[in-house]
Amino acid sequence: MSLPAALKDAAIATAVAFGLFFMLVGLRTEAGPTGALVLRQRWGDVALLCAMVFVGRLIITLWHARRTAREPAATNRWEGTLRLLSRWFAPVLLGVAVALPWIPGIGRAELDLGILVLTYVMLGWGLNIVVGLAGLLDLGYVAFYAVGAYSYALLAQYFGLSFWVCLPLAGILAAFWGVLLGFPVLRLRGDYLAIVTLAFGEIIRVVIVNWASFTGGPNGISGIPRPSFFGLPFSMEGGPGTFAGTFGLEPSPSHRVIFLYYLIFALAMLTNWVTIRLRRQPLGRAWEALREDEIACRALGINVTTTKLSAFAIGAMFGGFAGAFFATRQAFISPESFTFIESAIILAIVVLGGLGSQIGVAVAAIVMIGGFELFRQFEEWRMLVFGAAMVVIMVVKPRGLVGTRTPTIALGEKRAISKDLVAEGHG
Amino acid sequence: MSAILDVRALTMRFGGLTAVKQVSFSAGAGEITAVIGPNGAGKTTLFNCITGFYRPSEGEILLHRAPGESIALQTLAGHRIAQAGVARTFQNIRLFAGMTALENLLVAQHNRLMASTGFGIGAVLGLSGYLKAERLAVERARHWLEATDLLARADDPAGALPYGQQRRLEIARAMCTEPTLLCLDEPAAGLNPRESEELSELLRVILAQGTSILLIEHDMGVVMSISDRVVVLDHGVLIADGSPAAVRADPKVIAAYLGEGDEDEAA
Amino acid sequence: MVRDSRRGTGLAYALQQLINGISLGMIYGLIAVGYTMVYGIIGMINFAHGDIFMIGAFISLIVLVLLSAGGMMDGPAAILLVLLISIAITGLYGWAVERVAYRPLRGSFRLAPLISAIGISIVLQNYVQVAQGARVKPTETVISGGVELMREGSFVVQFSYVQMLIIALTLAVLAIFTVLVTKTPLGRAMRACEQDRKMAGLLGIDTDRTISLTFVIGAALAAVAGTMYLLRYGVIDFYIGFLAGVKAFTAAVLGGIGSLPGAVLGGLLIGLIETFWSAYFSVQYKDVAAFSILVLTLIFLPTGLLGRQEVEKV
Repeated sequence: MSLPAALKDAAIATAVAFGLFFMLVGLRTEAGPTGALVLRQRWGDVALLCAMVFVGRLIITLWHARRTAREPAATNRWEGTLRLLSRWFAPVLLGVAVALPWIPGIGRAELDLGILVLTYVMLGWGLNIVVGLAGLLDLGYVAFYAVGAYSYALLAQYFGLSFWVCLPLAGILAAFWGVLLGFPVLRLRGDYLAIVTLAFGEIIRVVIVNWASFTGGPNGISGIPRPSFFGLPFSMEGGPGTFAGTFGLEPSPSHRVIFLYYLIFALAMLTNWVTIRLRRQPLGRAWEALREDEIACRALGINVTTTKLSAFAIGAMFGGFAGAFFATRQAFISPESFTFIESAIILAIVVLGGLGSQIGVAVAAIVMIGGFELFRQFEEWRMLVFGAAMVVIMVVKPRGLVGTRTPTIALGEKRAISKDLVAEGHG
Repeated sequence: MSAILDVRALTMRFGGLTAVKQVSFSAGAGEITAVIGPNGAGKTTLFNCITGFYRPSEGEILLHRAPGESIALQTLAGHRIAQAGVARTFQNIRLFAGMTALENLLVAQHNRLMASTGFGIGAVLGLSGYLKAERLAVERARHWLEATDLLARADDPAGALPYGQQRRLEIARAMCTEPTLLCLDEPAAGLNPRESEELSELLRVILAQGTSILLIEHDMGVVMSISDRVVVLDHGVLIADGSPAAVRADPKVIAAYLGEGDEDEAA
Repeated sequence: MVRDSRRGTGLAYALQQLINGISLGMIYGLIAVGYTMVYGIIGMINFAHGDIFMIGAFISLIVLVLLSAGGMMDGPAAILLVLLISIAITGLYGWAVERVAYRPLRGSFRLAPLISAIGISIVLQNYVQVAQGARVKPTETVISGGVELMREGSFVVQFSYVQMLIIALTLAVLAIFTVLVTKTPLGRAMRACEQDRKMAGLLGIDTDRTISLTFVIGAALAAVAGTMYLLRYGVIDFYIGFLAGVKAFTAAVLGGIGSLPGAVLGGLLIGLIETFWSAYFSVQYKDVAAFSILVLTLIFLPTGLLGRQEVEKV
C-alpha cells in the first residue's frame, strides 16, 4: 500500500476514534458541588488518544504491506529456528520451575507470583482436557475450582479433616459436580454449550453468595487450616514436632511458602502427567476423536455420553484439586475469587495455548498471569490492557501459540500435524 | 443363503413426510447387497435407520450375528449398533482429519482397548495388559492399511490424504471395528474408473474375510459388477429385489430412473 | 430475605407488576434483537453486546448532563436529541467493535471470536470505568409523573409517563426495524446472508457491509434501550451491561435465536418473570431466575419458542 493511501486510511481511523472518544473520554461525569453530575472536559486526553490511533494504524498498515511483500524463504528460516528452540524449551522451563526457590534474588514476592502462575497453569491444564482435547466449550470451569475450595474449607471446619485427606475428597466432589453439570448439556453444541456452562458457573456463585448459613455468604470462610509438612506443622516456634525442629532449621515463614510452591508444582505436574498418559490411551484418543467428529465416533461404537462425561469429570477433578490448594494457601476464601472472569481467563489461557498443547497452555499462563501481575501498579488500567491483549492475541493468532498437533502414536516417525487440519470442536 | 440382516416393514416418518414406507428385504450373509434408486428415494434414510442414526417409526431390523443369535437393531442407540457388529461409512467422508491414519484406525478399536485398560486407571499407572492390547490393535490396523494400500501413509494426517485414499481409509477404519455387516454409503462417489475397480477388489477381499456388505451406490458399473443382490427404492417404496441382471431388466426400475415419459409416448 | 412492606396480594399489586414487567421487558427485547440479529447472520454470540447497551446509557447520560448544564432540558426535543446522539455514537461503537475484533476472525472457528468478544467486553467495561470513574452515576428525574390507574387501599397503581414512553418508543422502533428488514434491499441482503453467506457473496451482495450494518443497527437498538434504562431507573454504572446482557441473551434464546419476533417475545417474558419473581418471591435470587431460565430453555427447548427446528444431516 502506498504512503498516501496509508495516510488516508489512518486519517479515517482517527476520525472514527474521535467519534468514539470525544464523549466518553472528553466529557467526564463527576459529582459536582451540589451532588448532581457535572462534566469535566478532557480534550487533551482525546487528542492524545487520537494521535496514538493515527500513528498506530499507520504503523500496522505499513508493517502489513511489508510482511506480504517479504519472501517466503525468510519465514521458513524463522520457523526452522523456532522448532529447534522448542525442543529445548520445555525441559529448560521445567528446570527453572524446579529450581526457582533456590535462584538468588528470588524473594517472597516472586515465589508468590510463581505459585499464582502455577495455579493457573494447573487450571489451564485441567480445562485443556475439556476444551482442548475433547472440544467441549466450558465457560464455567471456575465452578469446580470453587467446589474444591469450599469442600476443603467446609470439611476442615465441620469435621476437622487435614488437608491431605481433603485433597482427594475435593477432587472427587468436583468430579461429581462435573458429571452433574455435564449430564444435562450433552446434546448442546458450540456456543450454546458455552453459555449454559457459563450460566451454571454463575448460578453456583450466586448460591454460594446467598446461602450464608452454609457457605458464609459474601464474607466467605476464614481461618482455613494451613498445610503441614506431612504432619509436621510449620510453626514459628521451632522445637520438636515442627518442621523446623525436625530438620534442624531456623524457623522461617519462607519454609511454608516454599512448601506451597512445590505442592502446587507437584499438583500441576500430576495434571500434566495424567493428561499425557491419557492422550496415549483409548480414552484420550476418544476425546480427540470426539473433538474431530462426534458422529463418526458414534458410528465406531464409542459411547459419546460417557466419553464426554469423563472429560468433564476428570477436568473438574483437577479444578477441584487446585481449589483445595487455593483454600489452604490463602486460609480465606470468598465468592469474589470465583467470578465468571476467572473462567474467561482460564479459557483464554487454553485457547491462547493452542490445539490442546500442554506446553502451549503453560506458556500462555506464564505470559498472561505473569504479565498481569507485573503491571500491578497500573491499577485500573490493568484489566483494560488485559482485555485488549486478549483481543489482540486472538486476532493475531486465532489458533493459539502452538500451531501443530503431535500424534500420539506412529508406525514410523511422529510428524507434526498442521493446525489447518485439526478440528476445534463444537461440543 | 442365510440372511445376515432382515429388514421388515420398515417405515420412517418425518412429521408429515414418509421417507421410507414399509420396506422389507434381506441381505444375505457373505454377500454384497446394493440399495439403489433415484435421488430422494429414501436410500440414505433407510441406511440411517439401519445404522442407528434415526429411530424408525415402524418396523423391525434384525441382525443375525451368528446362528441362533439375532439382535433387533431398531431400538438400539447408535453406538450400540456399532458394538453389535454393524459398521458404516458416510456419504461425506467423516474421518478424524487432525489425526493420522493410524490414529484413526486405533480409535476404531476403542472398545476393545478400553476393556484392557482396567477402568482407565490401571493403564495410566502402567499396569494391566494395555500395552499388549495396543500392540495387537496396531497389528490389526497395519493389516487393514495394507489391504487398502495405505501403509505408506500411516503416519500422515487423514485430512491431508487425497480423496480416493480418504475413502479407502474410512473403509479400513470401519473394518477395524471387526463388523459382521459393513454398510457403505456411496463408496464409489467421486472415484475415477481405476479407483472404482480397486474399490470392487477391496470389497471382494472384505467379503472373503467374512464380513457381509450392504451398500448404497449410484455408480451402476460398480453395482452390477460386484453385487450379489440389488434392492431398488423409489419414493420410499421398494420396487424391485433380485439379482443384478433381473433388476436391470425390470420395467418398474427402468421407469423409476428414466421417468414415466415412455408411457405417454406409447399412448 | 428482604420483603417490601407494601407487598400486597391484590389485583392492584399484580397490575403494577404487569406494567413494570412489560416496560422492563421492552428494554430487554431491544437488546435481545441485537443478539439475535448478529447470531442469525454470522452465527456468533456477541458477548460484548450488553456492554454496548451500557455505552448507550452512558452517552445518554453525558448528553443529558450537557443539556441540563445548558438549561435545555425540557420537552420532547431534548429526549429526541439524547436518543439521536446516543444512537449515532453507540452505532459507531458497534461498527468499530465488529471491524476490530470480529471481522479478522470470521471463519469457521468458534473459540477465537468468543475469546475476542469476552476481551472486548472487558475492555468496554474497564474503558468506561477508567474514563468516567467507577462510581455509580445518578441523574435527576427527567420525566416524572404518570397516570393513576387504580387504587386499592393505600396502594396506587401508576402507569408512569416514562413507562409509556418506553413502550411506545420500543414499538415504534421495532416497527421501523421490521419494515427495514422485510421491505428494504438492506433487509433482503441481511436475510440472504443469514441463509447462505457464500452464495449471497457470489450473487453480488457486499457481505462485509451487510454484516457491519447489522452490528450498527443492533448497537442502535441497544442505545435506545440504554437511554430508556437511564430515564427509567435514573442511575447507571459500568457494570449494568453484564447483567442486562445475560438477561437479554436469555430472552433471545427463549424466543428462539435467529427469530426477531422471538427476541421481543422473549424479552417481554423475561421482564415479566423477573418482575413477578422479585415481587412475590425474593429479590436476591432474581438473577438466578434468569440464569435458570436460560439453562432450562437450552436444555429442554433449544430452538426456543419461535425458532426453527434444526435437523442435523448425517
